[in-house]
Parts: sequence; structure tokens; C-alpha cells
Amino acid sequence: MLHERVQERPPAVAPPEIAIRPEAQPVPFRGGGFQPERQPYVAWLVFAVLLLLWEAGSRTGLISSIVLPAPSQAFGAFMDLVRTGMLWKHLDASLYRLIVGWTAGTALGIVVGLLIGLSSLARAGLLQLVSALFAIPKIALLPLFVVWFGIGEGSKVATILFGTFFPTVIATYAGVDGVDRNLIRMGQSFGLSSRSIVRKIIVPGALPAILSGFRISASIAIVLLVAAEMIGAQYGIGAYILTAGALFATDQLIAGVAILAVIGLVISWLISRAERFFLRWRV
Amino acid sequence: MELSIEHITHAYDTTQVLEDISFSVQPGEIVCIVGPSGCGKSTLLRFVGGLERPNAGQVMLHGAPPAGCLNPLTYIFQDFALLPWRTVEGNVSLVLEDHRMPRAQIRAVIDDVLARTNLTDFRRALPRQLSGGMKQRVAIARALSVRPAVMLMDEPLSALDAQTRELLMDDLVELWTREHFSACYVTHNLAEAVRLGHKVIVLSRRPGRIREIVQIDIPLSERPERGAELDRLQRQVWQIMREEARQADMELTDAA
Repeated sequence: MLHERVQERPPAVAPPEIAIRPEAQPVPFRGGGFQPERQPYVAWLVFAVLLLLWEAGSRTGLISSIVLPAPSQAFGAFMDLVRTGMLWKHLDASLYRLIVGWTAGTALGIVVGLLIGLSSLARAGLLQLVSALFAIPKIALLPLFVVWFGIGEGSKVATILFGTFFPTVIATYAGVDGVDRNLIRMGQSFGLSSRSIVRKIIVPGALPAILSGFRISASIAIVLLVAAEMIGAQYGIGAYILTAGALFATDQLIAGVAILAVIGLVISWLISRAERFFLRWRV
Repeated sequence: MELSIEHITHAYDTTQVLEDISFSVQPGEIVCIVGPSGCGKSTLLRFVGGLERPNAGQVMLHGAPPAGCLNPLTYIFQDFALLPWRTVEGNVSLVLEDHRMPRAQIRAVIDDVLARTNLTDFRRALPRQLSGGMKQRVAIARALSVRPAVMLMDEPLSALDAQTRELLMDDLVELWTREHFSACYVTHNLAEAVRLGHKVIVLSRRPGRIREIVQIDIPLSERPERGAELDRLQRQVWQIMREEARQADMELTDAA
């Protein structure tokens, strides 16, 4: 619609006739390949084949049901959850912790990341601290959080908050560092206020890095959710898995793990949607 | 508004970059600065617009800015410096938003500059959809929108291919014929310098000193027809620069 301006063009000159000689041979094609193509159905096919093999192995007794229950058994355990309505109770508790912890952790992480990215003082004061604390497995701090924030929701949300905060800080300040300095100079040369430069040039420029930080922090949040729910939780997918493990109810355990996988897939899909929306301007 | 550059001297660490540069840009005058690579042309332009500070010397503005001028010294960059997440009109609007103008007036200014640069059909396009030439036209439209007193052009055509460069040079000449803007135009391309400059300042290799100032009195609009004279001028400038450029080419670059 933009580029199609109809214009009169002069007629093309006819190409000269080329006589093909009998000894001529076509040049063989040597290019192609080394370029990933979209194969949308293969992933589903692999998944289905694996499930079928697994089910077949269980039915024929090749895989003992104590070692690994059949997918159909796990599905049965899942349907039990749906029937008794416990699924919603568990999901409700888990999603609440996940959403509150992740939202607070990333929001704080973006603020601190911007500070480190924009202020030399904040960078000098905080960067080493962040790098040191980032490496600590937050699960190790869980007992401490229980003491600080109580055995209820507080310690669980705090674990996820802490776990998602640090990767977001690092993604954000790296994103700010990566913003094209020439664009910032351009803003200054037009007399833009510092506020405008941050809001209109630096934040949008760092957004791709921040969004890919979301992917990492979201998967960390799920890992920590399960860990946090293993202490003093009545409901939650993690608690359900823990109880199932304690009773050696491996069919329930598999069902719980599958629910976590689905949560992970949904979050990844949501982030892809967000990327497609916010980063439309990229190719 | 007149711009005068007074005794600018600068060194990065121990490397002397510029030495005692003085010249002036009169209203409606295009001053081209040429010189071998690494002679500090672009650095000089950053001093002129206040993006960097020289060790010694100063840049002075004389007289009040013209009516409606929002940003007296306005750059056009070699790499265009467009925000990739903003459309063509968004990129122009960016530099107007901080000036507390009513929305309708911003729209009117955008409409006007896009029309003057033949970009009206592309107003909702994103930079990645545009060719290099169109991107630089957007940057020119953005610069025009703040009604600059002096345009500071840092190799504006150097990132473009030869054909697009010709087209944009014609556009610039046409624009100048209509608006008589003043400009400080840094380039390493001598053909551009003699085509657009009223005054060509030839810098020596590092440390950059003014080797010569070549005055060109042929009116811009007549220059395409007087190719032979321009060729002679271009050769003259090249004679001045040739040995400098050869020496500069053989220098080791220790400085970043």
C-alpha cells in the first residue's frame, strides 16, 4: 500500500536471442539448507509418539507401574482432581502466589535495574551486591523467609519475589546499557528533557531485553513456587506434588508435574504475545 | 543568526585532535568541512552543537534566533538516529512534544514538514520499512520541524549508496533554494562539498588545523550546469588534501 505508486515506465528492451549449444550443461544447484524452517506439527507429533510409546510400555508391563505410571493413570488422577474440585483450590493458591510474587519481583527489579543503568552512583553501590545475591539459591533462604515473613503466604510470595527480582535487575540494566548511545545524543541535541529521554528513548530501547528477562524470571518463579509450597502449604500444586510423593502416589505426582508444565507453556505463550505486541517495530 | 567558532583546540588524553580552529557560519550559508579521516571533523561538529566540550576555545551564537525557532542548532546524523519503534510522524513528533505545543499545532507542523520532504504518503511507516534515503529524509523533516537557525550535518549522505546520494543532494539544493537555511556540513566526499558548500574548509590530518578555506561563488542552483568549473574546484581541493590524506592513511591508530 505504501510502495506501490503506479508510474509509467518506459518499455523494456527485448532480451537478445541466445542459441543453446548442444554441449551446454545447466549449472548444478549448490545453495540451500542451513536455514531453520517452520515445522508446526512436528512438536505435537513427537509428543504424541512419546506418550503412545510410554502407554504401550506400561500396558505390556515393560515399564512397572511402581516405577512410572501409565499416562492414562496420571490422566485418571488429574480427572479425580477435576471431579473433586480440588484442582481449582490448588490452582487458585498457586497462581495467586505466582502472580503476586512475580509481579512484585519484576516491578521492583525493573526499577532497580533502571537505577543501575542510569545512575553511576547506583551502579557503583548496587551492582556487586546484586551479582552476589543473584547467585544464592533462594531455596536455601526459604527457612529464613519463614522466620521473617511467617509460615503463611508471606514466605512463599517473598521467595518468588526474591527469585524473580535479581534476574530482572540484570536484564533491565543490561538492556539500558544496550540502548544505542547515538539515539540518546540525538535526544539531547534536540533539547529533550532527561525525563523524556528516559521515557521515550531508554525504556523502549531496553524493552526487548526486559521482555526476554521475563522469560527467565517466569520459569524461575515456577521452580520456586514448588519449593515454597513444600513448607507449610495446605493447597497449591507444589503441596499436591509433595503429598503425592510422600504417599508414593506416582500417578498424582505425574499429574501435578504435567499441570506445572502446562502453566509454564501458558506463561511462555503470554510472553510471546506481549513481545509480538510491544516489539512490533522489530522485524 | 550567525555562528562563530573561535580558537577550538582539543586533545583526547595525549592525542592532539584539533588545533586552533576558527571560522564563522553566516546566515544562509552552507559551510562544508572536509579533511582526511580521523582529522576530527565529526568531533568539531559535536563541539559546535554543544554535545561535547573542547579543551579550549568556544562556539558563539550571535543575534536572536529566528521567530518560531525551537532548537537553534539542530543535527542531522550519518546513521539517521531515528527511533525504530516510532513511525515517521512519531519520530518528528518526538522533538516537538517537549515544547508544550497544543496537539493541533504539533499535527500542523508534522503535516507541513512531511509535505516539504515528500513523505506524506509514508507518515505511518516504521523506519525499518524505509530505504536509507527515505530514512535520511525523515531525519531532515525532523530537523526542519524545530525551525533550526543552523543545521549541523554530520556526513548525512555517507551511509547512502551513490544514486541515493545524488537524489538527496538535489533535494538539499532544492530545500536550500526555498529556505536559505545555514548549515555546517561535515563530509569526506569532495563532490558533495563543492556541490553544496558556499565555503569549503579543508582540514589537515590529525591534529586537525585549517589548511585552507575555499570560497565557491557559483550559486547552488547553477552548479549542475557548470560541471567543468566544479570539477576544477574539486581537483583544487583534492590537491590541497591529497598529501594529508596519504599521510593520514599510513598512520597507526592508537587512539580509540
